Amino acid sequence: MNLSECVKLLAARVLVQASDMDMDIKVACGADLMSDVMAFACSSNEMMLTGLVNPQTIRTAEMMDVKVVVFVRGKIPDASVLKLAEEKDICVMTTKLPMFSACGVLYGAGILGKGE
Amino acid sequence: MQTVKLSFKIRGSDFVNAGEASSNTKKALSRIGLSPSVVKRAAIAMYEAELNAMIHADGGQADVEIFPDHVIISITDHGPGIPDVDLAMQAGWSTAPDIAREMGFGAGMGLPNIKKQADDLKIETKVGQGTTLTIKILFA
Repeated sequence: MNLSECVKLLAARVLVQASDMDMDIKVACGADLMSDVMAFACSSNEMMLTGLVNPQTIRTAEMMDVKVVVFVRGKIPDASVLKLAEEKDICVMTTKLPMFSACGVLYGAGILGKGE
Repeated sequence: MQTVKLSFKIRGSDFVNAGEASSNTKKALSRIGLSPSVVKRAAIAMYEAELNAMIHADGGQADVEIFPDHVIISITDHGPGIPDVDLAMQAGWSTAPDIAREMGFGAGMGLPNIKKQADDLKIETKVGQGTTLTIKILFA
């Protein structure tokens, strides 16, 4: 599914544009614990959903080659986090959906988890 | 290819800038054309070690040596040391402070994950003096 379709499905607001809003998103992960993202979600997750809004979410995304970070529960990070995401070329968006629902919407539309 | 050396200072309790050393190393490894999976393994291992030095040891030093067929990443700190390395290697065991947990870390996955990503991991530690992690990642 392309990224613009994901934005529509999540009724999300894009805070940092992707260089390619039509990029294909096949795999995603959802976590508030960055330790788990690094230890367990290590394979080609193009999108990460999280409720944690600090700079280390962007750092973790960068290390994991995650291209898109979705902040759930309507959370919006401060300007410094958005600036960091811009520098690292990571797309950032926010959705009012809670984590469970946001993951469910994407999964129902065909985006898979690690190893599926 | 000549050996490339990189050095970075890791500042203690700096949750804003922690990861910049790993980010720069990741870029340097990507630039020489390594496969993304190798670059990612090195980046994850170094980032976990960089965070450990920042969280547990009031910072430290990261030294990276890129050889033609492997990279050596050394993270040295002068923190409290690890009293029981076997215990520290157990998934889930952690002494991280609350601030680290609030940032999404401190789940006791750092050292086990470094070991998982690395082709070789050496831990030299002395209680009261500090710790050096030496991580080796092979390119093929």
